[in-house]
Amino acid sequence: MPAIVRKLAQRLGMLQHSFVGGVHPNMHKLSADCGIEDCDLSPVHVLPMKQHIGEICSPLVAVGDQVLRGQKIAKSEGYLSVPVHAPTSGRVVKIEEHAIAHPSGMGLPSIFIESDGDDTIDESLSPISDWANSDPTQLRERARMCGLAGLGGAVFPTFIKLVQDKRFPIETVVLNGIECEPFLTNDHRLMLEHAEEILEGMAILMHMVGAASGIIAIENNKQDAAEAMQLALDARSDMDDVAVMVLPTRYPQGSEKQLIYTLTGREVPAGKLPMHIGVLCQNVGTTKALFDAVVHGRALTERIVTVSGDALPNPANLRVRLGTSVRTLFARQGLEDFSGTHIVHGGPMMGERLKHPDFPVVKSSTGLLAMSSQFMGSAHTVEQPCIRCGHCSEACPISLVPNLLADQCRSDQFDKAASYDLFDCIECGACSYVCPSNIPLVHYFRYGKGQLALQRREQAFADASRQRSEARDARIEREKAEKAARRTRVRQTHAPKTDQAKADTDKPAAVDSGAAAVSKESKD
Amino acid sequence: MISLLYALASLGAFALVAGIVLAIAQKVFHIEGDPMVDRLDTLLPQTQCGQCGYPGCKPYAIAVASGEADVNHCVPGGERTMLQIADLMGVEPKDLEEEAAAPMLAFVREDECIGCTLCIKACPVDAIIGAPKQYHTVIADHCTGCTLCIEPCPVDCIDMLMKPELIEHWSWPLPDTKRAQLGHERREQHAGHS
Repeated sequence: MPAIVRKLAQRLGMLQHSFVGGVHPNMHKLSADCGIEDCDLSPVHVLPMKQHIGEICSPLVAVGDQVLRGQKIAKSEGYLSVPVHAPTSGRVVKIEEHAIAHPSGMGLPSIFIESDGDDTIDESLSPISDWANSDPTQLRERARMCGLAGLGGAVFPTFIKLVQDKRFPIETVVLNGIECEPFLTNDHRLMLEHAEEILEGMAILMHMVGAASGIIAIENNKQDAAEAMQLALDARSDMDDVAVMVLPTRYPQGSEKQLIYTLTGREVPAGKLPMHIGVLCQNVGTTKALFDAVVHGRALTERIVTVSGDALPNPANLRVRLGTSVRTLFARQGLEDFSGTHIVHGGPMMGERLKHPDFPVVKSSTGLLAMSSQFMGSAHTVEQPCIRCGHCSEACPISLVPNLLADQCRSDQFDKAASYDLFDCIECGACSYVCPSNIPLVHYFRYGKGQLALQRREQAFADASRQRSEARDARIEREKAEKAARRTRVRQTHAPKTDQAKADTDKPAAVDSGAAAVSKESKD
Repeated sequence: MISLLYALASLGAFALVAGIVLAIAQKVFHIEGDPMVDRLDTLLPQTQCGQCGYPGCKPYAIAVASGEADVNHCVPGGERTMLQIADLMGVEPKDLEEEAAAPMLAFVREDECIGCTLCIKACPVDAIIGAPKQYHTVIADHCTGCTLCIEPCPVDCIDMLMKPELIEHWSWPLPDTKRAQLGHERREQHAGHS
């Protein structure tokens, strides 16, 4: 349905709220029927010092140290950050840079842990079974200490959102079980197999932010998951104000702002957070991790990863310890030769395409896909001229004008692109997907955003340098003046006596004459 | 005749009022200093390196504003800064004489430093800390890479190192398609001739 017709229908109340635009890619949920399997421990786990959005962590352990599973091995260096934990027990063998799942191909400092096979758990965090009577700030600290970050792929530190702010009271907690990316099935399987734990986690969330109602959002291509959640919900007596909502499948419905609009009809303003309109949105995986952190006292050391793709013989959903090598995961599912294969970290719409599989599983690894070259096709290698068909504008869930923005980014008119709200783009890839001319629109936006950020950074550095330089000049001036003043003082004290006496006698005379002048004037 | 007088009187009165308003506005909105110099100064990269032949960014801005210096002397600013300055001054862009070097950082080899404080005095942005007869060190985040500290050092213990590339500061390159490259080239040509 074209965006304008949908908007009109909504105005007339003929349709439920629904975000504008979006696309219907073939979902390829190959691993939907594969139960979650436990993946064996790796001989060596590689833990990058940053697995979240925000500031990098610094190691707390040294080479040779023994660590336990769940032990904190790196601490946060700032507010927007969460610590990193050892995924299994063993010994720290080295701390050096290692490749990560990043489009630049650059690495990050990482801790290498050699597994001892015992998998001994660090018991220092006590379970909080009576969370309902616990202080929300204590639970929030627990979420931070356990290293929770959004497991839907954005890895935003979870504890930051779990706050009770009197100015913005949270009314609704939204549980995001949409999983709108093709191929990915990890949230789907988690809801099927761990519905009770997820619901308990949701109850903890609602207690922490003081929300009265909740919505569990699931797309209609996962009816079985919706039924499982409904069943678990019916079994609980304390969650009457929580409802399971099944939404028609459309990409990018799982994007936070789009989902909130679809569910509540309220839009999150540009540059604001869901909190500002009274909504908290959490991914089901993160909610399960919060349950583990609070009720079992377990840090985030594993996650569910969908290993799939058309070039992979055996797609699966695996429970993987963080730091496991991606190459071994592919090998486990029957793929060892990567020639002619593209590796994607995340989903096919938003994930990063990587050159080699030698990087570790991190908190953001929702999926690992092996795609054949034929499947990826010629997409975005032969860019044709824009024919102004307008499909990209119709598909954009933010109502931007992608073809115009791409033109501006291509010709380095970044300020203009920013004034057309380039920074509101969520990089969902819907525009690139529908473009009949194969224009890599999102790639242009990323280029533009990066260049703008660079310019702003340089400007900020120049401003700071100017301030320091001016402060230095002022200081040098002041010191010079002080020196000159001192010199004159010294000269005066060491001056010949007669001059000094003369100056002394001169002074009162001057004052007298002044006073005389004043008295003279007053007489007149 | 009367209507002519009316016209003269009304226009005269209007001119008088406008004159008073302008006189007041000039007093009220008076700006200290030369606004052109400040605007030029904000365009410059503030490395204070002196490669332009002036003792810092502000002196160069003053020289450009007065028409004494050309627009193409800022080496670290590169082509972008040159184009912005030319645009602001309303003159033709000129080719840069020197290619900007990769950004560098000064680094003091501390075990060789004798603590003479000469580099501290030379640093135009106060990015070196230390005290007499104590090791000095460069605050990497503040260093502009101007190399002014190298020359005064009596024991040659300062190195210029490549600025480390941070993953947070990495940005996507232009897409690897013909049209992308073509569009970019066209834009640069256009900027070069305007």
